[in-house]
Amino acid sequence: MQITFKLFASLSDYLPPDRKGNVLSLQVAEGTTVQQMIRDYRIPEMSAHLVLVNGVYIPPSARADRALTDGDELAIWPPIAGG
Amino acid sequence: MAWTRKILRVNLTAGTCTEEPLNMQWAQDYLGSRGLASKYLISEIDPKVDPLSPDNKMIMATGPLTGTMASTGGRYTVVTKGPLTGAIACSNSGGFFGAEMKFAGWDMIIFEGKSPKPVYLFVENEKAELRDASHLWGKSCWETEEIIKSQHQDPQIRISSIGKAGENQVLYACVVNDLHRAAGRSGVGAVMGSKNLKAVALRGTRGVGNVKDFPAFMKATNEAKKVLHDNAVTGQGLPKYGTQVLMNVINEIGALPTRNHRDVQFEDASKISAEAMHEKRESDGKTHLVTNAACFGCTIACGRISEIDKGHFTVKNSPKYWGASGGLEYEAAWALGAANGVGDLEALQYANLICNEQGMDPISFGATVGAAMELYEMGVLTAEQIGIDSPFGSAEALAKMVEMTAVGEGFGKELGMGSKRLCAKYGHPELSMSVKGQEFPAYDSRGIQGMGLAYATSNRGACHLRGYTVASEVLGIPVKTDPLATDGKPELVKAFQDATAVFDSAGICVFTSFAWTLADVQPQLDAACEGEWTMDKLNEVGERIWNMERMFNNAAGFTAKDDNLPPRLTQEPAKTGPAKGLVNGLAKMLPEYYQVRGWTPEGEPTADTRQRLGL
Repeated sequence: MQITFKLFASLSDYLPPDRKGNVLSLQVAEGTTVQQMIRDYRIPEMSAHLVLVNGVYIPPSARADRALTDGDELAIWPPIAGG
Repeated sequence: MAWTRKILRVNLTAGTCTEEPLNMQWAQDYLGSRGLASKYLISEIDPKVDPLSPDNKMIMATGPLTGTMASTGGRYTVVTKGPLTGAIACSNSGGFFGAEMKFAGWDMIIFEGKSPKPVYLFVENEKAELRDASHLWGKSCWETEEIIKSQHQDPQIRISSIGKAGENQVLYACVVNDLHRAAGRSGVGAVMGSKNLKAVALRGTRGVGNVKDFPAFMKATNEAKKVLHDNAVTGQGLPKYGTQVLMNVINEIGALPTRNHRDVQFEDASKISAEAMHEKRESDGKTHLVTNAACFGCTIACGRISEIDKGHFTVKNSPKYWGASGGLEYEAAWALGAANGVGDLEALQYANLICNEQGMDPISFGATVGAAMELYEMGVLTAEQIGIDSPFGSAEALAKMVEMTAVGEGFGKELGMGSKRLCAKYGHPELSMSVKGQEFPAYDSRGIQGMGLAYATSNRGACHLRGYTVASEVLGIPVKTDPLATDGKPELVKAFQDATAVFDSAGICVFTSFAWTLADVQPQLDAACEGEWTMDKLNEVGERIWNMERMFNNAAGFTAKDDNLPPRLTQEPAKTGPAKGLVNGLAKMLPEYYQVRGWTPEGEPTADTRQRLGL
């Protein structure tokens, strides 16, 4: 299945160097979870602060069970703020 | 001491500068800066006064921590009755001006009356005098700073001034200090202009001494700085990416107001984001962002300093804009960009530079452009009226409009009145995205429900800095709450509003609250300020300030009917994103909020509440 994977701010360093922007379009196995994506891309747990699937926040306790589905957009930020 | 105990009263009509003692009982009750200056203003003016008349007053005020070793202790506020809203206005700025006021020995400066001719106030420690500013009138904020420093042969003078926007009484004109820091919202610069006061120039060499318990203060400020340093947001995220990092976040959650709030997601958000500011441009191979920057005493350093593309159509014939300068911050980037559908980063920076140069609030300006573009697309306004084709997304129209508004030419005069008056004039008051006449900042309250209540009840009109529940609803600070839920939001909004009043009144930056709670501020204040400053007292001071501001607005004529949102946000569901199908649930939250506040169903503090808070 195909998903869109987005890493922002300092997490963009975990994207492949030849990527353009902060977005990757990926083929992943059925049943891949949010937690697996975080681990596969070696994102430190503490840095995966704001984790959104299709814009909806996924709390740390739900990431291991949240399976992605075709067309999902997974976006992750480190701790950030603004105003 | 934390307070200098001195006020400078400047009567512009008579041309006099008089020293007065600070009311120390009020200092105990209202702390400083926003709270204390508002107490003075409210005690001295008729709430129904015309904001642009000589009978209105304008106060520049520091807090007890301004100029001290407390991190971010460089803030000052400009308090007045605002011309954009008719409500109390309190605009807060960083930079170095506030600390300099303290170094010169003053807690606040109260301006009253109106000068018969343009003047500027020059303060050198205890010496204060009004000087002729006829040679400065018509100059920009940038030129004014340069001329005054050159004239006095002192590059260390700190200056707050108005540009042409303030002179022309653009209703959202700012007071700009240190070139690109601004007391930005509610039109405080127009009040300054109405008084023929061009600038305030300060030189202070006294420092800030005699805090109540110096060893305890050093310990408290050092510990608090460590908290900021060790926190991932204030120690790493804000210095590197600035506030602009929110552009992609808020777009992703479907709360980025786009094209005058027609949409909640902007297809070009990534092009105007913090990440884009770090990318090398194709045109010249340089990044937009040059460096970050800090205000006085700040250990966060979230400020952005950028360099515009010299070949961009907006500046290719204007070298004066080619140097590194302030921006883009998130609010300006949103208002000049997504709000109008403009995805050209360089055009946004150009408009931002003009706002800094001539002293205009980019939030209200940008949002007013958004309203004008919608009126244009509806056929209500024409290219002939505006002076240029103005569909959503036109960087050329944005550039033309900012130039016209800054100098008060053509259709710029109408844009300078703000979106409420513009939309009313052309028969569509519902298209003004504002509360109490002040335009929304960068969060759509269909996607962040608590912000709808925060906007509706903000004492200075729509504003994110009076109760930033985005911290909790989106960013998880201090705890994560559901942005799409209304339950619990009245309590959340009240807690943010009251705490923010304390941060503002202390003289520190509200961005510290991404790492600090009031429990981190309390030891600093208690060590600095005479008297006993407990958590209970701080909570009470914050609530007292909020209620005092509310009572002023009620006396000025505002009622519960003004705690409202435009129909677009309460009747037109969001089209995309997590909030798709939702409107803001203000009708549910507002009565609960009044109850939590101890207010009547009409939105007025009850006698019990007033008595409890000593109001």
